[in-house]
Amino acid sequence: MIRIANGQGFWGDWLEAPVRLVEQGPIDYLALDYLAEITMSILQKQKQAGANLGYARDFPPLVARIAARIRQNGIKVIANAGGVNPVACAREVVRLAPGLKVAVVLGDDVFARLDEFRAKGYEMRDMDTGEAIDRIRAQILSANAYIGAFPLAEALATGADVVVAGRSTDTALTLAPMVHGFGWGPDDFDRLAAGTIAGHIIECGAQSTGGNCQVDWQTIPDMAGIGYPIVEAEPDGTFTVTKHAAAGGRINTHVVKEQLLYELGDPRNYITPDCVADFTTIRLEDCGPDRVRVSGIHGGSRPPTLKLSIAYAAGWKAIGTLVYSWPQALEKAEAADRIVRDRLRQIGLSFDEIYTEYFGVNACLGPAASPNPDPPEVQVRIGVRGPDRKAVDRFTRELIPLVLNGPPGATGFGEGRPAVREIIAYWSALVPREEIQTRVEVVTA
Amino acid sequence: MKVPLSRIAHTRSGDKGDTCNIGVIAYEERHYPVLVREVTAERVKKHFGGFVLGEVERYELPNLSALNFLLHRALGGGGTVSLRTDAQGKTFGAALLALEVELGEE
Repeated sequence: MIRIANGQGFWGDWLEAPVRLVEQGPIDYLALDYLAEITMSILQKQKQAGANLGYARDFPPLVARIAARIRQNGIKVIANAGGVNPVACAREVVRLAPGLKVAVVLGDDVFARLDEFRAKGYEMRDMDTGEAIDRIRAQILSANAYIGAFPLAEALATGADVVVAGRSTDTALTLAPMVHGFGWGPDDFDRLAAGTIAGHIIECGAQSTGGNCQVDWQTIPDMAGIGYPIVEAEPDGTFTVTKHAAAGGRINTHVVKEQLLYELGDPRNYITPDCVADFTTIRLEDCGPDRVRVSGIHGGSRPPTLKLSIAYAAGWKAIGTLVYSWPQALEKAEAADRIVRDRLRQIGLSFDEIYTEYFGVNACLGPAASPNPDPPEVQVRIGVRGPDRKAVDRFTRELIPLVLNGPPGATGFGEGRPAVREIIAYWSALVPREEIQTRVEVVTA
Repeated sequence: MKVPLSRIAHTRSGDKGDTCNIGVIAYEERHYPVLVREVTAERVKKHFGGFVLGEVERYELPNLSALNFLLHRALGGGGTVSLRTDAQGKTFGAALLALEVELGEE
C-alpha cells in the first residue's frame, strides 16, 4: 500500500495544508496541484518580464519549510508548480532546500511550435466552439500540452525527492506514484482509470474532506483545522480515501460523491493522456471513520491525441459597484444602471458586453433567485468588456459621480474606481500525441 | 407529494469554460428513480431561464445514485471572459435545490 496526499488544490490554496500533511501522520507522496486553466498565461507574462520567473513562486519556499520532514520520512513531493519555466522553479528549490534531489519534466511547452503544427495541417479548433485557431493566432500568449502520469513516473524513477512538472494534468500527480510504485504499464487501463479517479477525488484538496460540502455542513468537525485528503492505494487499483486522524473535516460516501461529480463531463468518457476512465463503474463503501473504499473501476485505452491548453489576450474588462440602501434600494440601483448605460451612449462608448447584477437580489442565482422586492440594501455591480482599453478605462469614471448626481443614498465607493484588467482567455485543442516528446532532467545547483 | 429537491438530494457544481456542470446526488438510493423521472434536462434548462443560452445534457450514474448535467453557454462566456460574480457556476448546484419534485407514493 502507498499513501498519496494532496496538499494544494490550486495556486493560492491554504499554505498550512501541505505542512500539516507531512507533520500529522504518515504519507509516502505529497502531490501539489498549482495550475488552473489560465494560470499558464499569467506565468507566461511573468516570464516575459524576467527569464527566471514563470512558475508558482509559493512552491520552493514550501519545499524548504518541509525539507527536514521530507528527508526524515522519505516523502516524495510531486507538483506541477513549474508552469512555463520548470527549470527555473527546480533551481530555486535546489537553492532553498540544498541536499534534495530535484527532477524536472520538460516537453509540454509548445508555444514555439504552433506555426509548425499549423503547417502540418493540425487545425487546433477550439474543443468547445469548433472555431478555427487562425482568428486568435496573433493574440496567443502560451500553449502547453497536458502531460500524463508516465513522464512523472519516469522522473520518480530517477530517485528524486522532488518532481517538478509544467502542465501535467491534475490527476497525473496522484496516478504517477502508483505507476512508479506498482509498475503499472500503459495498457493497464482499469488500474490507470482507478488511479485517475483517485486523482480526481483528491485533486481539489479539501473538497473531498468536507470543504464546500452541502451535507450536514454545520456539523463538520474542526473546519478551521480541516485535513487534506490522502489516498491509500493498493496494487490492484482499489484504494481508500482518508485523512490524518488528528485533522479536522469529514470523509464519507456523500462527501466523496460530491467531489466525484465536480467538474465532470460525460461520466463514461473521462479522457486523460493515460486512459479513459468510466465513472459509472465506481463502487463506494464507508469502511470506518473518515474512510471510504473505492473499487470496481474500469477504463479504456488512452487517446491518440493530447489536449493543448492555449491562452490568448481577449480584450479588457472592468467591474464597478455602488451600494444603495432602503427604502426602494432595488429601484434606486436599477435607476443607477439605466443612467450609467445612458451616459455611456451619450459619450459614444460601446462594448462587447455590459452586464449588470444586483447583489442581495440576483447576483448568484439569476433567474432562479426567489423574488426579493424590498431588500434592506442592494449592491449594483456593472461590468463591461471590449477590445478598446481606453473605452473600458473611461467606463470606470462613470460610477462614483452617481453618488452626487444620481438616485439618493448611494454609498460603498470607498475603494475608488475599479481597475481595468486584461482578459486572458482559454482555448483548448487537440494534436497527435506523437508530437509531444517529454524528457526528464535532474537539476543540480 | 411535492417537495423541494433539497429534501432528497445534494449537489455540487463547477465549470469547464462556458459550460457549467451540476452533479445531483440522491441521499438515499431509493430516491434515485425520482431524480431520473423528475429532474429532466428540460426542467433544468427552464429553471435557469436566460442564464443558459445553449443546450442542457443529462448523464446518469446509477452506481452513485446521481445525475450529471452539462449546461452549455451558461456562464456568460466563462472563465476570465465572464462578467458574472459566479463565473465558475459554483452556486448553480444550490440554486437547483429549489426545484420542486413529485415524490409519488410516500
